[in-house]
Amino acid sequence: MQVTTPEMDPTPFRRDLLRLEPAGLYCPAGDFFVDPWRPVDTAILTHGHSDHARFGSKRYFAEVSSESILRSRLGKEIDLATKAYGERWKLGNAWVSLHPAGHLLGSAQVRIEVSGRVAVVSGDYKRQSDPTCVPFEVVPCDLFVTESTFGLPVFRWPSPEMVFDSIHRWWRENQTAGRTSLLLAYALGKSQRLLAGLDASIGPICLHGAVHGPTQLYRNQGISLPKTITVSEASKDFDWSQALVLAVPSSQGTPWLRRFGEVSTAMASGWMAIRGTRRRRAVDRGFVMSDHVDWLSLLQTVRETGATTVWVTHGFSNVVARYLREHGLSPGNTVEASPLETQFQGDAEDVEENSSNPEDETRS
Amino acid sequence: MNFAELYRRLDESNKTGEKLSSLVDYFGQAPDDDAAWAVFFLTGRRLPQLAPSRILRSWATEQSKIPDWLFEETYAWVGDLAETMSCILPSSTSSEESSLSEWVERIRQLRGLDESDQRASLNALFDQTSDRDRFPMMKLLTGAMRVGVSQGLVVRALAKISGLSNETIAHRLMGNWEPSAEAYARLVDPDTADADLSRPYPFALANPVEGDIAGLGDANAFLAEWKWDGIRSQLIRRSGTTYLWSRGEERLDGKFPEIEASAAGLAYDCVLDGEILAWKEDQPLPFAELQRRIGRKTIGKKLMQEVPVRFVAFDLLEFNDVDWRSRSQQERRAKLEEVLGTEPGIFRVSEQIYANSWSQLALLRESARERKAEGLMLKRIDSPYQVGRVRGHWWKWKIEPYTIDAVLIYAQRGHGRRAALYTDFTFALWDNGVLVPFAKAYSGLTDHELTEVDRFVRANTQEKFGPVRSVTPHLVMELAFENIQVSNRHKSGVAVRFPRIVRWRHDKTINDADRLEDLKRMISPR
Repeated sequence: MQVTTPEMDPTPFRRDLLRLEPAGLYCPAGDFFVDPWRPVDTAILTHGHSDHARFGSKRYFAEVSSESILRSRLGKEIDLATKAYGERWKLGNAWVSLHPAGHLLGSAQVRIEVSGRVAVVSGDYKRQSDPTCVPFEVVPCDLFVTESTFGLPVFRWPSPEMVFDSIHRWWRENQTAGRTSLLLAYALGKSQRLLAGLDASIGPICLHGAVHGPTQLYRNQGISLPKTITVSEASKDFDWSQALVLAVPSSQGTPWLRRFGEVSTAMASGWMAIRGTRRRRAVDRGFVMSDHVDWLSLLQTVRETGATTVWVTHGFSNVVARYLREHGLSPGNTVEASPLETQFQGDAEDVEENSSNPEDETRS
Repeated sequence: MNFAELYRRLDESNKTGEKLSSLVDYFGQAPDDDAAWAVFFLTGRRLPQLAPSRILRSWATEQSKIPDWLFEETYAWVGDLAETMSCILPSSTSSEESSLSEWVERIRQLRGLDESDQRASLNALFDQTSDRDRFPMMKLLTGAMRVGVSQGLVVRALAKISGLSNETIAHRLMGNWEPSAEAYARLVDPDTADADLSRPYPFALANPVEGDIAGLGDANAFLAEWKWDGIRSQLIRRSGTTYLWSRGEERLDGKFPEIEASAAGLAYDCVLDGEILAWKEDQPLPFAELQRRIGRKTIGKKLMQEVPVRFVAFDLLEFNDVDWRSRSQQERRAKLEEVLGTEPGIFRVSEQIYANSWSQLALLRESARERKAEGLMLKRIDSPYQVGRVRGHWWKWKIEPYTIDAVLIYAQRGHGRRAALYTDFTFALWDNGVLVPFAKAYSGLTDHELTEVDRFVRANTQEKFGPVRSVTPHLVMELAFENIQVSNRHKSGVAVRFPRIVRWRHDKTINDADRLEDLKRMISPR
């Protein structure tokens, strides 16, 4: 994520609290960055996806349950100090604490307090239920930094129960028709959320190698997930037609798929809500499931934080900022909102894709 | 299965076999009146516009309680009005399972109402529609279905249901097919002695020659003709009445009075397949001239003089009430010559080109551009007249298109499948150190390349004008086009026909792109 400098309110408290630097969001009072995209001295990471957790900083802080994910992605040797949700610590003149963001295991919002003023950088977040991580917590603040990956009113997530019902129906239909059920999803976060909701009594659940790794990390953290088989370890005469195979999107159209015979391909993503993006993906079925907020939850969250200043990043930032500016949160309740423009606006699809790991099995 | 469920299944599947079995399942159990409307919509027919897009948009904006600009931003991103409205409007409380014909009935009630009554009717319409049915119903309301089903697939499903041949169903579907329970019953009626005087036959279509021409076999097994760029049409002369159809199954009656008048003088009832061309001084005029004849409601004397037309016939499908399509090309051709004779007039038999070898034909083909032809048509002399594009019978052997290297300067979002990407481009050529736009092109790049260009456009936008972005000139693409002519309606002074992208010239910088004068030099003197 690359960001150009927005026009910000120059009141001193905010400049001291949080501002945008070429390397990312920076807290001068505490001399640290949140999710910097260049190597810095001190980085606080909201979660382990590769567009937020980047290699090369001298010292990292993150939530304790994200440790194994971060070490597997950034290297075992990184200097990483972990904190529990709600634990307060001091960096320079800033009080810092991490709070659940509900995006994936160990994902956190960063609360920064300087001289009684509070900023919250939410990272990526969602408000829907997800048994694999601690639910989002509203943290009251003056300045709220929100993502806007799905910040258009057409994005309205169906309940996870409904989505799992249709996934299960699709799986059973495929079993009857003798087709392998191939479900594409991002390797870290989405795949484990899916696993936790799948009904393992329907048939065997198999994992692409790139999904297996993060899944083991979840299991080691005590997250209860159904029994799975790694595709490469399945026996020669394995009956794929009864199985649901969970794989990364980049495996689509690769020779790796040959072993499955006839396949019905599905994808679980917020983008599946829109026919055009679904068709471009060329999948048979699209299941609408996202680890980001939809339009209404985004507005609701901003309202609940009580923030009077909102910075909008990552996605439809212009649209969301304009809406907040012009319409506030309720009549007479105005918000100062500005976009922090990313260079590739709205292309969170690519960002998420980069965070999946196409290595190993697709190459073999 | 109701129509919404069929729509969902068709939309979700990428596999022809699955789509076919969904269609068969649906038609196997749908009541005739629903089935009739399903045929109507799935074969690309549409209701006349019942409510203007402007009213639909402002109504949806109001109902969803969002500002106008936000609706427009969202619509621009989604790229489909029906989908935008379906996703943005509040959830419905209705769980009603309505049939397709009931929907159509309700939608049609919008016709002719004033704006406030239309809004009220739209509210009522929505109250009666469940969330599941909302999107397909909105598609009917806003126009075409576009659900990835070809007419051919619908034909196959109906043939399977009725036990009739594909050809019979295809033929019965031609022309003005009115959706009603009776019409559907007739469509799948095993008694094939039906007749409708105006009904055209399905057109035979040609495949492009790819690779070495010698791969087609013996040159003497083919009849060769010039391939003209006109309006492919079928002229039906039955029981003293003339019907003129375009390949798009539109009636052209009244557009070409001189052709109809000449048809009245034909000695026999017959059905002719051919090309309507604007023709002056022994040469065809550019297609744009012919378009002037289609665009008008009434055709005046002046226009008829300026753009004289002729019907170049190349096939005979019916003679005195007898279907001749199963006879060989050679036989049909001989009969055609007998029917039309050799008198010069509005009707001409397409000139047959005689050659003994592919190399002779190749040489002749080189002269196509001078003759204002697109290339050659090659038809097997022993072939019957086929329904649609069946390989191996008719081939089009076009001359190489014109090509030029141009610079991408504007981009706009696509529609449908490409709605989220910038895929509609405007290209420019150099003219005295300035890049002058001259053509728009949409097709030719792979999905992967499109994603790459999209990324470039977003990162290199200079200005936004509504949905259009001006882009830093950097990308050079090779464009191909079929024809070129002087035009005073275009900034560049030229108009090109069927421009499309051949390849992305990664190897060229904008300074290597061609100049407008290079393009103008391609215009052949008349």
